[in-house]
Amino acid sequence: MNDLRSGGDLVARSMEATPATARSLPAANRWVGLRTLLFKELLRFWKVSFQTIAAPILTGVLYLLVFGHVLESHVEAFPGVSYIAFLIPGLVMMSVLQNAFANSSSSLIQSKITGNLVFVLLPPLSHAEFFAAYVLAAVTRGLAVGLGVFAVTMWFAPGALLVPKAPLWVLAFALAGSALLGILGVIAGIVSDKFDQLAAFQNFIIMPATFLSGVFYSVQGLPPFWQAISHLNPFFYMIDGFRYGFFAQSDVSPWISLGVVGAALAVAASIALRWLARGYKIRN
Amino acid sequence: MSLAAIEVEAVSKRYPTRAGALTALDDVSLRVEQGEFFGLLGPNGAGKTSLISIIAGLARASAGTVRVMGHDVVADYRAARLALGVVPQELVFDPFFSVRETLRIQSGYFGLQANEDWIDEVMEHLDLTSKAGANMRSLSGGMKRRVLVAQALVHKPPVIVLDEPTAGVDVELRQGLWAFIRRLNREGHTIVLTTHYLEEAQELCTRIAMLKGGRVIALDSTRALLRQLADVRMSLRLRMRGPLPALLQQQLVEIRDERVVLRLGEPANVEAVLAACREAGVAIDEIEVGHADLEDVFLQLMNAGTERSVA
Repeated sequence: MNDLRSGGDLVARSMEATPATARSLPAANRWVGLRTLLFKELLRFWKVSFQTIAAPILTGVLYLLVFGHVLESHVEAFPGVSYIAFLIPGLVMMSVLQNAFANSSSSLIQSKITGNLVFVLLPPLSHAEFFAAYVLAAVTRGLAVGLGVFAVTMWFAPGALLVPKAPLWVLAFALAGSALLGILGVIAGIVSDKFDQLAAFQNFIIMPATFLSGVFYSVQGLPPFWQAISHLNPFFYMIDGFRYGFFAQSDVSPWISLGVVGAALAVAASIALRWLARGYKIRN
Repeated sequence: MSLAAIEVEAVSKRYPTRAGALTALDDVSLRVEQGEFFGLLGPNGAGKTSLISIIAGLARASAGTVRVMGHDVVADYRAARLALGVVPQELVFDPFFSVRETLRIQSGYFGLQANEDWIDEVMEHLDLTSKAGANMRSLSGGMKRRVLVAQALVHKPPVIVLDEPTAGVDVELRQGLWAFIRRLNREGHTIVLTTHYLEEAQELCTRIAMLKGGRVIALDSTRALLRQLADVRMSLRLRMRGPLPALLQQQLVEIRDERVVLRLGEPANVEAVLAACREAGVAIDEIEVGHADLEDVFLQLMNAGTERSVA
């Protein structure tokens, strides 16, 4: 058996008879902790990929088949753009957002309720590492589902084959949107003490905000009052900006959308980071 | 003074409630030396788990400071947590992973990447090797408990805290677990144990702190606690008619299984009891003299409720 007390630099260092000064780990070790938590979060959703990836892709396709078929001949949201072509980026982004939120929120609430969050709280992981791992995993799942929805809807709607006219905008809004929803998922996971509370967050805030964001329609077609209401919804800017990347047309300037999403991202991140640093509802 | 494994200074913990605040810990101070096998005892709600949670960084103290191997658990939490392995009281597990995945992941959280040799060794010692590929959900309660111990040891911490590690586990696992923990202690690891099995604490711990109502009411070596707080007990099976002789009445603790248990105070008082029996014509069929055990000490202290000066 190894000599436990001499078995690793980390432990040997922590056993040094030094005062409690701000001794920090080598950078490489810090990355291993963050990387492991990210890997664990990715493995968690990958192990149930039927539920976390395949099912939302199927949902997206069903939306396309039902709404696309019913509304194709009735709606022209943008000049020269078919309704199915208009709908696909909206469905992709909606899937990205909903799944990014679902990943971080469900992982956190499950760990809190089953008690296994303790395995993440006992090691020397900082609140920023905790935050980064959960959000990056949420972004990854959101993008994986979004790519899946995009690929499958292309298969089902070959006549509307989409090539993004401004792919950088597509990428920017996909990343910013999934990060924002991943952070909101962290916040919801921290606040909720039971699945019921998380479901309320999802069904009464995330779902309506997503559906009323212009996924299925252009807000330009709404009465002025509802247009104004839509412009208060940050989800509208994520969908509209993402769609701009495909058609170079949008309801508002993509720069305005990026500004709104960026501001929402900054506010949400500062709340989540502050709560995690304080240990709010996690380290009582 | 050498560096303490754990140093708790004037720690208080108050939880806000609708009625005001619930005090879980009230100005607790104690010091666990390196290499000790230290027991933390107390009834439910005494504050044991609150204290362990603060030491482990799972909860924040309302006042006071805690250091693990000299590192403040808040200001220098990375070094403090690296030095600490905790076996939680609750039987928790992550249902998504196998035993080996669980241990690899836990190892990674502590910054250890190529740790397979040690993981294999811990699994072998805890008899988990045959279950390495099994999903955590499929394990029995005892096996899950072993994985919790393995997770606490996966980064080879110098200080190990076991919060009720043998609650609800069978005798075989209990013995195997203690053999392994004793070995770790012999090799220099500091062990802090909370348990409701007082015979385990008496057998394993060199020093004990007793908590009651969030305060330390006793802190001394196990031997000193037994010597100072427990007196000599005498158990007699008597053949007699009529009441007990007066001397025996005065020293009576209880009558259990047809045996009269007396508190003697000192061994020399045995003779006085025997003389009283002879004078009263009471025949003695069986006689047993011994010290009270930790359970007696524990009950005496808990019932007394007075604060002893801590050593």
